[in-house]
Amino acid sequence: MAWCFRQTMNLSSIKVLLKRILEAILVLFLIISLVFFMIRSVPGGPFDTEKEAAPEVILALEAQYGLDKSLWRQYFSFVKNLIQGDLGPSFKYAGWSVNELIFQKLPVSIELGFWALLIAICFGIPLGISSAIRSGHISDYFFISMALIGICIPSFVIGPLLQIAFSIHFGWFPLIGWDHYSQKILPSFTLGLGYAAVIARLTRTVMIEEILKNYPRTARAKGLTEFRIHMIHCFKNGLTAIIAYLAPAISGLISGSFVVETIFHVPGLGRFFVNAAINRDYTMILGTTLIYSCMIIGLNLFADGIQKIINPMQQDR
Amino acid sequence: MQKMSNLRIKIPLYYLILIGLLCLLGPFLLSYNYAEQNLVLGASAPSPNHLMGTDPLGRDLLARILYGGRITLLISFSATVLAVFIGVIYGMISGFQDGIVDRLMMRFVDMVYALPFILFVILFMVTFGQNLFLLFLCIGAVEWMTIARITRSQVRVLKYKAFIEVARCLGQKPFLILSKHLLPNLIGIILVYSTLMAPSIMLLESFISFLGLGVKAPMSSWGLLIKEGSETLEIFPWLFFFPAFFFSTTLLALNFLGDALRDQTEVLKK
Repeated sequence: MAWCFRQTMNLSSIKVLLKRILEAILVLFLIISLVFFMIRSVPGGPFDTEKEAAPEVILALEAQYGLDKSLWRQYFSFVKNLIQGDLGPSFKYAGWSVNELIFQKLPVSIELGFWALLIAICFGIPLGISSAIRSGHISDYFFISMALIGICIPSFVIGPLLQIAFSIHFGWFPLIGWDHYSQKILPSFTLGLGYAAVIARLTRTVMIEEILKNYPRTARAKGLTEFRIHMIHCFKNGLTAIIAYLAPAISGLISGSFVVETIFHVPGLGRFFVNAAINRDYTMILGTTLIYSCMIIGLNLFADGIQKIINPMQQDR
Repeated sequence: MQKMSNLRIKIPLYYLILIGLLCLLGPFLLSYNYAEQNLVLGASAPSPNHLMGTDPLGRDLLARILYGGRITLLISFSATVLAVFIGVIYGMISGFQDGIVDRLMMRFVDMVYALPFILFVILFMVTFGQNLFLLFLCIGAVEWMTIARITRSQVRVLKYKAFIEVARCLGQKPFLILSKHLLPNLIGIILVYSTLMAPSIMLLESFISFLGLGVKAPMSSWGLLIKEGSETLEIFPWLFFFPAFFFSTTLLALNFLGDALRDQTEVLKK
């Protein structure tokens, strides 16, 4: 992949990068503050249960977690702890800290996202390229209609459909769970297929644009093989647009994982976040929001950086 | 070829109108109410009495689908309108201004674009109660940015055209230039991109309902029905298939329509 690094980063692009990282940290801080005050601004707390607890018990619990202090003092102590990397104790899961819970659940979500993305890329890009090469051909229409259908059927429909077909009818894979590798196949496909369709469509559009340009004709005149023209020349030029799409796709994967983790009972962070929100587990909500925001903003930065390396001519926004 | 592209627009459009009319008028024609329970009957497979069967509480599924369709379509439609409204105004102002205002406005969009909005929507729904109006406001407030970007780039192309120059020379106020001269030229492209955006808004609404954070029972929406159906998939598959069918085909029709409209405008441009 030497062509990626023809032109290494110079000083000004490092400056731009630093500026963006600082900006990202500021945005993260704003998000956390916003969420902190938003979830505190409404009645109801983490210790509200179906059965009414004695007021003394609630007061004692609130004192233990520091909820009896003024909101601003809580906020400052939260920020102080956050800077030291401590997200505080969980309110709902007694005896667990938010850090421990997140480090336990996050790898599962990341693994799910990784497999899904791998499936999306492995199916999407080859399908898109083969469609583009045969554009107008019957197989192109077939693939592209399939891709559109894949985009329109949301994961919460695909998931149960896969469950019916492969778990209940054929009995090939377990219905739910996340321990054995056979349990990981259905959730990963559920999450990945929709993105495979989107990537296929995008790849096709980009490749058709490249194929119609002048340089493939020149390459053909020089006697290069069709395979080389399409795979090395056209695909390389189209890659930037595909990578530009991948970062927002990954943040989509995160929200998609909420649904998939619910359907397949995967013990990941997504389901945990939704439960934390419903339970008003304040520290847990803040912790998961922070992790997700970091991941999304970080990935966007990363995608920008990669695009820069692949195509140094690209302008700064 | 022209006939073919007309068909590509007409078929999804007629299907959408059909679904819309069914959801709008259907509940009046049915003899069952969406919340009416029949515990003796319980869950029953599709039969002449209940065309799409009943759920475990004996509620008629067809009535619930049509009623849920009303809510899903209403929220999606109004959220799309809201998002387009905000996006067009923002994009027009940003595109019409030069220099620092435009740069700041677009930088803001870039920054906000990278935020994990889905988290905010979920937190919002949980903290401020599961309110339909709030859901629509939330979705509208999240989805306006794409339209804003497209409008801005379109305005930047148009504003150097002669007719705008003339209007400016004649002393037309900026507001009137925007509303009288630019807006009519933008309608087409805005319409196309709204059609393309509507499916993602519908998806977001159903996603929220699927997580159990949207409308509350006994009310229904397609996302909620699919969720309920997927829980009893092995025993009562029809409870999943019918709502999923309505939802997916509507999304498909919207996407096909959007694609066809976009291709059409691109052909017209050439």
